[in-house]
Amino acid sequence: MSTVSVTAPSQIRTAGRTGPLGLFRDIGIVMTRELRPLLHDPFSVIFGMVQPLVFLGLFGPLLVGSLGGQAGTALGNGGVWQWFVPAILVMTALFGTSTTGASLLFEFQTGAHERMLVTPLSRPSLLIGRALKEMVPLAGQAVIIVLVMIPFGFRLHLAGALVGLALLAVFGIGLGALSYALAIAVRKQDWMFWVVQQTLIFPLMLLSGMLLPLETGPGWMRAAAQLNPLAYLVDAERALFAGRIGTATVLWGWVAALVTAAVGLAVGVRAMARSAD
Amino acid sequence: MIDARSLTRDFVVSRSQTVHAVRGISLRIEPGELVAVLGPNGAGKTTTMRMLTTLIAPTSGTATVAGHDVVRQPAQVRRHIGYVGQGNGAGHTQRVRDELNTQGSIYGLDRRAARQRAAELLDALDLTELATRKVSALSGGQRRRLDVAMGLVHGPSLLFLDEPSTGLDPQNRANLWEHILRMRAEHEMTVVLTTHYMDEADSMAERVVVVDHGEIIADDSAATLKAKLAGDRIVVTVAGDDARPLARLVDRLPGARDVVCDGNRVQAHVGNGPAALPELLRAAVAADVPVATAQVHQPTLDDVFLALTGRSLREGENEHGNPQDAKTPKDVPA
Repeated sequence: MSTVSVTAPSQIRTAGRTGPLGLFRDIGIVMTRELRPLLHDPFSVIFGMVQPLVFLGLFGPLLVGSLGGQAGTALGNGGVWQWFVPAILVMTALFGTSTTGASLLFEFQTGAHERMLVTPLSRPSLLIGRALKEMVPLAGQAVIIVLVMIPFGFRLHLAGALVGLALLAVFGIGLGALSYALAIAVRKQDWMFWVVQQTLIFPLMLLSGMLLPLETGPGWMRAAAQLNPLAYLVDAERALFAGRIGTATVLWGWVAALVTAAVGLAVGVRAMARSAD
Repeated sequence: MIDARSLTRDFVVSRSQTVHAVRGISLRIEPGELVAVLGPNGAGKTTTMRMLTTLIAPTSGTATVAGHDVVRQPAQVRRHIGYVGQGNGAGHTQRVRDELNTQGSIYGLDRRAARQRAAELLDALDLTELATRKVSALSGGQRRRLDVAMGLVHGPSLLFLDEPSTGLDPQNRANLWEHILRMRAEHEMTVVLTTHYMDEADSMAERVVVVDHGEIIADDSAATLKAKLAGDRIVVTVAGDDARPLARLVDRLPGARDVVCDGNRVQAHVGNGPAALPELLRAAVAADVPVATAQVHQPTLDDVFLALTGRSLREGENEHGNPQDAKTPKDVPA
């Protein structure tokens, strides 16, 4: 055992570090920390996509069987997989990022979050860094799903797919931020996290036209779907993966994703500022 | 180093109920002091520490910590203090060395300097072999040492430790303290800790601040507190069933008070127990009083707490009962 230098390391900054530059630096530190476990254990990406894979494997074939004949009508051109795979990507974003608050909840319990709160890291960076990190596993999961589905006849329009991935990432940041905000809000009754998450996720999913076309549903369902940002996102992803990039559908998808991200970050940053109480 | 004035903190539990966790704490701590804040669970120790470390804002009152106001300049306070909370500071999915590197970069070290600092601290706290281990795979004692390492990354001049050894076995507690005291000597650090282990406050701290119901009820060195508020106690029994002649002898000892005679047993507070007992035995032999047993009880901080509040600190301690309590009564064979 040697002794530790008596004086503080000379580089330690004691002067103020404010402004956007400091914020970007802090966001980078938080994001890097959040990504490390993923880097050490890349297979953990798979855990977040169990549900979408189940739907792909066990629901997709049913869809092919029952709707396959309608291809070209309700589902647009290109068959069932062309219609279903983009929706599964949105589902991956939905399941992956809406559960991510659980990791923060765990850090509340262990004390790791408290440790971050007594460091000079700015409060917003603690939320933004975490939310931005959601892009990485999400992109990984999306790429895996697309690659898996190509042998089954899924046709890839590369440019559209890349824009689709970016769209998904922006939405994931927003939903991830909301998931963290939820975790902060319920930190004193942590079981509430799963109650709220599970209660919201299925109506959102069914009212997005992700699994079955909403066109065949009753009027009230189609009206409800119009209020669901996820529905716009699903439509936009389907358009993008069909190669239709410059359409109004895609534009509405971007509006939905950007609004989700803006609201999520605003709500999340506010929640984070009060997370020590 | 710390100047807190009339700090209070209320928690609103419901519309009709507000808990006054801290009811006006004023505390001055000079550079280099090692101060233990002692009190039962729920006394307001942790709430006070959370205010001083900028985690929560006071309901009223002010505090200057490391030269900066905790409410107006929280970021400055955070840059200067080290903090080891009750929980574990390291994320369970992280690796030991990564967490130290992250802390280094938070405090402005570049990658190389952060790695070097992490290596120094790993070495100093006996964690080098665990550097690539996941935090969730560490034992309680190892995790606690990592917490201390994380709190020291930036070489703070003031270190807060919130119940640093709760849940550790005696061997790990001793080991942790060895590290903390050595780091303190090397860094010339001011250390403030909360504890509900009275022996820990007694043996480690130079100054003990006793807190109860959100207020400071005593503040002095452990030795002075014990001498002033508790004092030595002797318990003597006689062969036979009447201790009254012995009680009269006890009454004549220097500083004797609260003399209680109960059957064949006399107990009393005296000024200096170890000196008083031989004197009493000589007087008993001279007066032909047959003494059977004699004991000196030297006071613990628990006796101090009992004298101050009428309650025992131990009542709140059963959860983490400490088998190796250093201050068991010293029995003196007669």
